[in-house]
Amino acid sequence: MAKTTRIPRKAQVMESLCVACGCCVKVCPMKAISIYKGIKAVVDQKLCVGCGKCVKECPASVIEIQEVGP
Amino acid sequence: MKMWYDYLWILSLSYLILGFFNILFAWLGLICFFTPLVISVVKGTKGYCNRYCGRGQLFSLLGGRFGLSRKRDVPNWMKSKAFRYGFLIFFFIMFFQMLWNTYLVFAGAAELKQVVTLLWTFRVSWQWAYHGELLHPGAAQFAFGFYSVMLTSTILGLITMILFKPRSWCVYCPMGTMTQLICKVKNKE
Ligand code: SF4
Ligand code: SF4
Ligand code: SF4
Repeated sequence: MAKTTRIPRKAQVMESLCVACGCCVKVCPMKAISIYKGIKAVVDQKLCVGCGKCVKECPASVIEIQEVGP
Repeated sequence: MKMWYDYLWILSLSYLILGFFNILFAWLGLICFFTPLVISVVKGTKGYCNRYCGRGQLFSLLGGRFGLSRKRDVPNWMKSKAFRYGFLIFFFIMFFQMLWNTYLVFAGAAELKQVVTLLWTFRVSWQWAYHGELLHPGAAQFAFGFYSVMLTSTILGLITMILFKPRSWCVYCPMGTMTQLICKVKNKE
C-alpha cells in the first residue's frame, strides 16, 4: 500500500538562526512546537504532521519540511 | 481559541495614535520595554514575544489578514547574528543618546525640543501634541524621545513587513534579540 511506504515529512528548525519569536507555535494546528527556554523552537516529531504552516509563518524562514527516515 | 492577550495589538495601536494627541502618553511605552526584560530575567523565557507583544500581533494582522505583505523570505544578512547584534548595539547607542538629551533638559542645559525624530534622522515638528503640561520639560523631552523610538521602530517594521514576511521585524527587533540573549545567558547555552 502506498500509504504505509510513504516517508513521513516533518518540520525541522535551523536552530542557530531561530529568533525564538514563537510565531510558529501560534499557527501549528497540532501544538507540536514549543519555544525551548526562550532560545529556539523545538518541534515534537511525534506530533508534527508536516503541514508546513509554520514554514510559511516563520519570519526568519528557518523551518523546512524534510523527509525523515522511518 | 483566542485568549485575552491575543488582542494586545489594540493597545499597541492605541499607543501610537495617542502620541499624536498628547505626547505624554509616550511614557506608557516603558511597559513594553520593561515587561519583556523582567520576564526574560525572572523566568528565563521569551514569554513576552511568544504571547503578549502587541506590536508583533499588529504586524501579523496587517501583513497576514490584511495582506499588506509580499510574504517573501528575509535576506540572509538580516537574520545573521552580526546584523541582529549590530542593530541591537546601534539601537542602544541611539537610546542612550536620547536619554542624554533628556538629562540635558532636566538639568536645564538644553531647551525642550518639540520634535519627533524619525529613523534617527528626520525631525518632525510635533508641537500639536504638547500642551505645556505642569510636568517638568524634561519629562516631556523624554516623551518626545521615547515616542521617536517607538514610531521609528514601527516604521522600520512596517517597511520590512511589506517587503518580506509580516513579522520580519521580529527577526531584528532589539527587544527580541536582547531577551533571547538574556535567556541564552540565564539558561547557559
Ligand atoms: S509542519 Fe504543521 S504540524 Fe508540523 S510543526 Fe509545522 S505547523 Fe506544526
Ligand atoms: S517562527 Fe521561526 S524564528 Fe520564530 S520561533 Fe519559530 S522557528 Fe524560530
Ligand atoms: S521580537 Fe519584538 S516585535 Fe517581535 S514579538 Fe518580540 S518584542 Fe514583539
